[in-house]
Amino acid sequence: MFQQVPMVEMDGMKLVQCRAICNYISAKHNLYGKDLKERVLIDMYVEAILDLNELIMRAPVQPADKKEKYMADTVDKATNRYFPVFEKALKDHGKDFLVGNQLSRADVQLLEIILMAEEVKADILAKFPVLQSFKARTSKIPTIKKFLQPGSPRKPPLEVKDVPKVLKIFYGDQ
Amino acid sequence: MAGKPKLHYTKGRGKMESIRWLLAAAGVEFEEDFIETKEDLEKLRNDGSLLFQQVPMVEMDGMKMVQTRAILSYIAAKHNLYGKDLKERAWIDMYVEGTTDLMGMIMYLPFQTAEVKEKNLALIIERAKNRYFPVYEKALKDHGHDYLVGNKLSWADIHLLEAILMAEECQADILSAFPLLQAFKGRISNIPTIKKFLQPGSQRKPPMDEKSVARVRAIFNF
Repeated sequence: MFQQVPMVEMDGMKLVQCRAICNYISAKHNLYGKDLKERVLIDMYVEAILDLNELIMRAPVQPADKKEKYMADTVDKATNRYFPVFEKALKDHGKDFLVGNQLSRADVQLLEIILMAEEVKADILAKFPVLQSFKARTSKIPTIKKFLQPGSPRKPPLEVKDVPKVLKIFYGDQ
Repeated sequence: MAGKPKLHYTKGRGKMESIRWLLAAAGVEFEEDFIETKEDLEKLRNDGSLLFQQVPMVEMDGMKMVQTRAILSYIAAKHNLYGKDLKERAWIDMYVEGTTDLMGMIMYLPFQTAEVKEKNLALIIERAKNRYFPVYEKALKDHGHDYLVGNKLSWADIHLLEAILMAEECQADILSAFPLLQAFKGRISNIPTIKKFLQPGSQRKPPMDEKSVARVRAIFNF
């Protein structure tokens, strides 16, 4: 629609825009809470996770002289701004899932971002025992467990050596 | 009885402006608490009012909502501006993400150096005319209805009008090749709640001036 990817062909539509696509899939598969108030809480969590996701996603394209500071800032945001909120949310209600005592997209995306953050710093969850349990528990959900196994459609991190190829696809010859 | 929603942000458009538009279009009266100094922001943070230490924050229906899209989606759904089913919602989401991308580019212009600003302004105009506006022009042409989705006013229409007006501030005749968008602009501007919001004295905020840029930089430390 806007000359961009991702694009997902689904249910007779050519869906674009990550959030539109994720919103549709979540709602269709009952992963978006049971009412408006649960949905807004899920959205708040998901938007924050997407902010952190974007920080990590942009790491490979940072100029070499700015990279160290960028990574330090990313780790700082993960450990001081984002993870404490999710640790507290799970601790406060004591349930297995972030919202409404039921698996939602917020849990799925939280697991995804935990694993991405651990690729940046292996012990990034050191101060978050509740998130460590969350990670273990959510990883065992059969569909998710399957996705975490080798041979699934899950993609590995972008390596710095592959960055030029990706940039060429989106921006042409530099 | 629930009070009016209360918006916490600086006295400028930024990321809060789309929320002001949506509330106004829905006929919801709201109050604003303006962050004028770094200390104001610190106070909100120290109070624990900001879930991720960031604004926009909107106090509404017993919640302190943060994250612009979460807030907008909630208001849209609550006020029947989010389509009648999942598929309409997907279309609204796609259209809104497009206008969000365009307005996002325009939002950062005041903070850029003269050289970068000139380049980005050209890019914005190019994208508006070649990537974004053609999509909305075609959508309206294909179904021939007054509104983008479901033959009914939705968040997508309100957001598009906001984007059109912002784009016209970049180039006054930016809609010259888009007759249906011109008609759309006229029509949506006349909706009573929106017409009221477009009048002087409303809570709509003007574009940034140099003084506001300096103030925002000081508050948010960039």
